[in-house]
Amino acid sequence: MLADDLRGMFYIGLKDLRAYYFKPPNISWGILFPFAFILAFAIRNPGDLRALVPGLLALTLLFGTSSMEAIVIVFERRIGALERLLLAPIRLPALLAGKLLGGMIFGLTITLIVLVIALVVFGAASVNWVLLALAILLSAAAFSALGAFVSVAVTEVFEAQTLANFIRFPMMFLGGVFVPVDSMPIALQVIARCLPLTYAIEALRVALNGSAWTDAAFDLLALTGFAVVLFALATRVMRRWVE
Amino acid sequence: MMNAIQVSELTKVYQTAKNQPPLHAVDNINFTVHAGEVFGFLGPNGAGKTTTMRMLTGLVRPTAGNASVLGLDLATAITRIKKQIGVVPEMSNLYDELSAFDNLVFAMQLYGVPRAQRQTRAEELLARFRLSEKRDAPFAKLSRGMKRALTIAAALAHRPPLIFLDEPTTGLDVMSARNLRQMIAGLRKEGVTVFLTTHYLEEAERLCDRIAIIVKGRIVALDTVENLKSAAQTKTLVELTLADANNCIETRPIEGETVEAAARAALAQTDGRRVLAINTLRPTLEDVFVKLTGLKADVMLIEKGGKGGGNAGG
Repeated sequence: MLADDLRGMFYIGLKDLRAYYFKPPNISWGILFPFAFILAFAIRNPGDLRALVPGLLALTLLFGTSSMEAIVIVFERRIGALERLLLAPIRLPALLAGKLLGGMIFGLTITLIVLVIALVVFGAASVNWVLLALAILLSAAAFSALGAFVSVAVTEVFEAQTLANFIRFPMMFLGGVFVPVDSMPIALQVIARCLPLTYAIEALRVALNGSAWTDAAFDLLALTGFAVVLFALATRVMRRWVE
Repeated sequence: MMNAIQVSELTKVYQTAKNQPPLHAVDNINFTVHAGEVFGFLGPNGAGKTTTMRMLTGLVRPTAGNASVLGLDLATAITRIKKQIGVVPEMSNLYDELSAFDNLVFAMQLYGVPRAQRQTRAEELLARFRLSEKRDAPFAKLSRGMKRALTIAAALAHRPPLIFLDEPTTGLDVMSARNLRQMIAGLRKEGVTVFLTTHYLEEAERLCDRIAIIVKGRIVALDTVENLKSAAQTKTLVELTLADANNCIETRPIEGETVEAAARAALAQTDGRRVLAINTLRPTLEDVFVKLTGLKADVMLIEKGGKGGGNAGG
């Protein structure tokens, strides 16, 4: 049964990548959107551009993984194609994990492009590579699970887009992309500590600065927690569909 | 004979709005589907056909009762059951973005068909369903009939011994509906058990070995088509066809105690016209349906928006 689940998960992810993700508009949007935001901020506040790299990577991951993820499930549910997957001989968590896999692989691919550009421009001398890989992977999992949760929580595609933006845009401004969380008022800091983007940026910053992984241990733990809780919630909602 | 499906006191109750009584979509039904037969599940819209099918395929959890599918318990072995069944829902639901070939390959990947067999099997199914020319066309670009055929092909890709077809010909033109019926008849010859829900009486009559009629969540009749018709026959009728000097043709039903008596009565009513034919009249499935349900037979077509006018043919 586990073999069936793993196989199903792999092929669902692969199918989603082919059918939805790797299309020119998605790739260009996934890369240009975070760049445009960072560029706008940098022009307004010229300074240490290198300090913006963790935010740039985190935004690329957030939008790369969750943009399509947030609409794929609700879209397939609307057209009836999700029923095909619900009828397949795999368990629900495997189905959902397949959906997450598609979003994660796409997000990781475009983040890799952005990372290479950033490293070429700013240098890679002090990077803690293992921590960087871990931070990117766990951020992708948390953001993809967020997208999946949004997608199962609604019944229409436009609702998914609205809800995803309702969550992502405030997160973008509160998560420390442009302004360090520690310099925010206490009330906003409390909110920021409830957002996965905050931990993604902090973990990426530690990794790019070459610090020890222990400095980012809590951030990695928090990202894992977000991924697990959001995945569990999404699975729970999906289970109700077959009640 | 081995049973492909055995259903016992299966029930599905939906909680509706507050202060409203719960809806018994399926109410304590019992039936058996024999291996290798085409079993028709007939009833008007909202009768419980699709809910029953969704319970048997793991898409909806029963409220009460139990069932076994291919000898496996529905409550405890649903994933194993899913591996051995094919399901064609009412709506053709493959992936618009993938080609006909890729949709079939994906179906096989999900069901664990070995990699070495996938291409050959996909080509074989495309040929069988007359879709070889559309091998690389995206699903979105296929006609409605072709989409339906490909959806059935995808359900058969892993060679399931049992296939569920939900309203397979709804919305199809005459030729597509006819082709699909031939395909369903072909499945039976191959020994595949077919569970077919339909609201087309003639389709059920042509294709099914046995039929269950479900109304308001309850099975009101279950038997072979012939036995259902016999049970519905309460009087003997013959149909007399006459032609006058201008070759104007008239047909009229004549009743009698026996076929011979009815025929004699018919011959006494020719009024000097030529007798073209005297045929015994047997009840149709439509008569059975009307008698058992108290509904008019066309209520099913009206509820479905009169789609699929092609069902008279083939």
